Amino acid sequence: MTSADDKARLSVQGVTVRFGGNIALDDVTLAANPGCVTGLIGPNGAGKTTLFNVITGLLAPNAGIVTMNDRNMTKLGPTRRARLGLARTFQRLELFSLLSVRENIRVAADIRKGWSRDKDNPADAVEKIIDRIGLRDVADARVDSLPTGQCRLVELGRCLATKPQVLLLDEPASGQDETETAQFAVLLDELAAEGMAVVLVEHDVRLVMDVCHTVNVLDFGRIIAVGTPEQIQQDPAVLAAYLGSTTP
Amino acid sequence: MNSLELRGISAAYDRIDVLFNIDLVVPEGNVIALLGPNGAGKSTLLRVAAGLHGPASGDVLVAGRRVNGVPPEELARRGMCLIPEGRGIFPNLTVRENLRMMTFTGTKLSDVEERSFTRFPRLKERIGQTAGTLSGGEQQMLAMARGLATDPALLLLDELSMGLAPIIVEELYEIVAQVASEGVSILVVEQFASTVLGVADYAAILVQGRIVRAGQPHELAEDLSKAYLGA
Amino acid sequence: MDKFLTFTIVGLTLAAIYAIIASGLVLTYTTTGIFNFAHGAAGMLAAFTYWQFRFVWGWPTPLALVVVLLVFGPLFGVLLETVIMRGLEGTTDTVKLVVSISLLLFMIALAQLIWAPGISRPLPGFLAGNKPINLGATTITWHQAITIGVAIAVAIGLRLVLTRARIGIAMRAAVDDRSLTTLNGAKPNRVSMLAWAMGTSLAALGGILIAPGPGLEAASLSLLIVSAYAAAVFGRLRSLPLTFLGAIVIGLVEGYLAGYLPQNQYLTGMRIASPAIILFIVLLVLPNPRLRGRMTRSREYFPTPTLAGAIGFAITVVIGAVMLATTLSDPDLITYGRVFPIGIVALSLVPLVGFAGQISLCQLSFAGIGAIVMAHLGAGGDPIALVWAVLIAAAVGAVVALPALRLSGIYLALGTAAFAVILDRWLFNLPALSVFGLFDINLFAGGSVSVDAIELFGRRFDDPGTQMIISAVTFALVALLVIWIRRGRLGRRLLAMKDSEAACATLGLNLIWTKLSVFALSAGIAGLGGALYATQLTSIQPGNFELVQSLQLFAITVVGGIGAVGGALFAALSLYAFLPLLTTLWPSSVRWVGLLPGGAGIGLGRNPNGAVHDVREGFLPLLAARAVLAAMCVAVAGAYVLRLTNVIDNWAFVVLLIVFPVLATIAAGLSKPRAVEAAAGNDEENRDIPLEWRGIDRPWTKADLEQLDRYLGLNEMEFHDVR
Repeated sequence: MTSADDKARLSVQGVTVRFGGNIALDDVTLAANPGCVTGLIGPNGAGKTTLFNVITGLLAPNAGIVTMNDRNMTKLGPTRRARLGLARTFQRLELFSLLSVRENIRVAADIRKGWSRDKDNPADAVEKIIDRIGLRDVADARVDSLPTGQCRLVELGRCLATKPQVLLLDEPASGQDETETAQFAVLLDELAAEGMAVVLVEHDVRLVMDVCHTVNVLDFGRIIAVGTPEQIQQDPAVLAAYLGSTTP
Repeated sequence: MNSLELRGISAAYDRIDVLFNIDLVVPEGNVIALLGPNGAGKSTLLRVAAGLHGPASGDVLVAGRRVNGVPPEELARRGMCLIPEGRGIFPNLTVRENLRMMTFTGTKLSDVEERSFTRFPRLKERIGQTAGTLSGGEQQMLAMARGLATDPALLLLDELSMGLAPIIVEELYEIVAQVASEGVSILVVEQFASTVLGVADYAAILVQGRIVRAGQPHELAEDLSKAYLGA
Repeated sequence: MDKFLTFTIVGLTLAAIYAIIASGLVLTYTTTGIFNFAHGAAGMLAAFTYWQFRFVWGWPTPLALVVVLLVFGPLFGVLLETVIMRGLEGTTDTVKLVVSISLLLFMIALAQLIWAPGISRPLPGFLAGNKPINLGATTITWHQAITIGVAIAVAIGLRLVLTRARIGIAMRAAVDDRSLTTLNGAKPNRVSMLAWAMGTSLAALGGILIAPGPGLEAASLSLLIVSAYAAAVFGRLRSLPLTFLGAIVIGLVEGYLAGYLPQNQYLTGMRIASPAIILFIVLLVLPNPRLRGRMTRSREYFPTPTLAGAIGFAITVVIGAVMLATTLSDPDLITYGRVFPIGIVALSLVPLVGFAGQISLCQLSFAGIGAIVMAHLGAGGDPIALVWAVLIAAAVGAVVALPALRLSGIYLALGTAAFAVILDRWLFNLPALSVFGLFDINLFAGGSVSVDAIELFGRRFDDPGTQMIISAVTFALVALLVIWIRRGRLGRRLLAMKDSEAACATLGLNLIWTKLSVFALSAGIAGLGGALYATQLTSIQPGNFELVQSLQLFAITVVGGIGAVGGALFAALSLYAFLPLLTTLWPSSVRWVGLLPGGAGIGLGRNPNGAVHDVREGFLPLLAARAVLAAMCVAVAGAYVLRLTNVIDNWAFVVLLIVFPVLATIAAGLSKPRAVEAAAGNDEENRDIPLEWRGIDRPWTKADLEQLDRYLGLNEMEFHDVR
């Protein structure tokens, strides 16, 4: 794969990031399509979160471009990108810990209301999202008091309140128990079915293999394989990346 | 005699519960490999063992003695050495100064340098260079030299292979094997599984904070791809 | 040419001193992560101590120097590290700042306690009696030569210690990776102690060298150090060579300004303010830091204020003010009348620091701007001037904020402090000046200006009682505004931004606008407070609006609870009612009363929720027991009537005012039916606190353990074999 699909909603082309002498991302190309969940997996330190930081504009790449709906966003700040329809969650939770679940989502909804021409009432939108992520029972609890699994859902809800076209999820299932992950998978399917482009970084391989349409494998800052979950599971390069060279 | 025993260790890290009731034993002179996908809690387990992170419950025993709450520098002085993930070196110090830091454990600088340079002659050529400017492999060698300089009885290695080319990883693991043959007990955490399985006496797979499988290396090989890729 | 050389030497001497002080600051900051605002004050104390030994007790110079630099300095540093600073690991920037600012205030007060201000204490430079050394074109005094020589020795010495000595290498190692040093068997606490010992000694050395110039005056000597801070910022608080370079740049600029700046009344202040101006500029050109997420998790808990509570608070404030206004004598009213205007200035900190987490150390400067506007535009008592005071202060706030937006934490604190110094030392002292003959700028007219009382509907509000009530009503209204903000969209947004700027940006929030608006809002509120303060003072001067007062107000508002309006009232009452009352009741306390604000900040600045939160918790049962509450109100009203009819005097009235609520609270606690108590107890237990605080904030309960098991999935989850 040499260039990203032209019709891709989000496309990353040739992104390289160096930290001092170390190459964190090396000529990474990746595409995410509407209606699809695109998986991004790879060993620790492979550069997954760094790639998310580049896509969202928190980190400027040394080379490469990021486009959304054919619009080059490489020079835009995170705020502008968010307003173009990009949203993300964080591996290390970045919740507004002083606020309740409802207020966390409300902040995001108000931000959208502030710049968009949406007619709808943010308060109503928030209630719908709370039901959707299934946190009605704890809607007034301060997020500080919630277990990690639910915090992940709050971050997702916050993203949904911005009505994103592209949703980047950084290890959303870590800290969730089995049931929560199962429900989460259903939710991801629904979001994709509604036409969102979802990029999923996750360690829970079963979840990745269940919900992703395409999986990208990142290793040492390079994409070493792209394919369907089945193809990835058989790919010798992937096995080598995870397990070491296959001949001990 | 067990160099290290972890009994019923549970731990949480930054609000995320990562370890659930882990039991693990490192018998004297053995190499134990702890494998697992990222996020499994491997590094946290090593940090608990080294006294850097307090367990929520469970006991850490070093040479049969309970050491919960003993500060890490005391453990270091008593022959435990952790080489943390991502290069256990001080990047703004020179190679010599990095080695000099080891003399806090009570070892003489001349001994530290002699041991290090015998094992890693390349470091001697770089002695005045700032550690951050070394290549990845050299940095990892320096980290290992630092660890071995005090002649530890127990070595904890965290992701030795991270960010390194496979050929350098093999080179490093040859040294690990050699160190093990000198009678040092080693607990090594790795994702880069097959290289370490060639060295280990015993291996365990950690997934989502639980040990899901343990056994001789050859018994585990086939389980690994399931653990990593769910195939 | 001679002149050039002469002032080069002057500049290099200053540079040498700044370099010595700044390197000590960098040493402590890099190894322990605490920016010590009191670093300069340590140098100040050392200079006074040296003077005491050398000139009062007549010790020989070498002995005095050795005792101060090699015994007192290191011991004091170790004391600071072990007693105060070590406990700050993992706290927020605001808390660290409050503690070190309080330390600064405490040390200034301590110096003034031991060495009463206002007495001339000449401190000659070293070998001042000897003839200057002739360098051909110019001469250099022995003190200058020694200073420059010492700085060079310090540079070489530091380099040797940090690269040759093992403990020095460990200090640098701790900067790289503190936890790794412990794996090496080094003791990081010992490294920190050494860094503080060395840092404090360097401050002492710098203090002794600089003091002969400006003279022994506690506050100005402590703040002179802003120049040294600017040098440290050159090195981004990390690099010693860049710090030395920065010191040279600043020293030379100051030296040449002294030599070549035209001697007129407009620019002399600029020379004094030049380090602050340089600091401000350096902060502006520093590379933009990357947006980061949360660094330390705060443990603060400011509940969302309820509407009823807000109105209750406002009414209580107004009633209290009316009672004071009708019972106190005019002189007392003038003394205690400052509470509410200053309270408004303190309120301006609540949205800015409490909600948005942006630190500002120049709120009284904004208040000063409001006061100036009031003095000039409010001549004749035009109340519209109040509106102008708000708008102009807000505009200035926005202008200051614009560059400050890219700063955060300690850099923002330094930037705003530099702004305050620029106003203090220069702009506020300017005489009237005319800009291109178009309009006149006449700030404090080079001294003081008088302010007319507000006049509305032909009535002049010039008696202190009415003024107090006006201020109190305004305070109550502003408090309601702040609470309204907290409960609304902007408040949520500010709290969100405080927690994670990265998350806010990726959700599409324009951080610049948000910060700009909160800065402008805050400066506007401070301007309003300043304008009312001005009408109360009737004559204002720059000294009413100095950095030290901003620092004090900031520290005590944090002690009270910066996240709630009660914290602002607490600060104003403590500083402008409690302290004067204490000195009235107990005149001898005037000597040590100045130690209290600093001491309070050091001791209480760590409570993330503030003192008001705890007081409020204590009064909660009273609010629930309606009957007791009503009885208390009646009793207070009765006492007020007795006072008005002169049956009791002021002291009795004050005692009753304190006794009644306390009695009522006790009564409320006793009268509470058991069932209610049980429910309340339960409430306390079920209060949502994060799991990891349990056992600290309150004992573990069985329910907690079950919850923990549930979180860990120990009940439901079976052992999952991958096969």
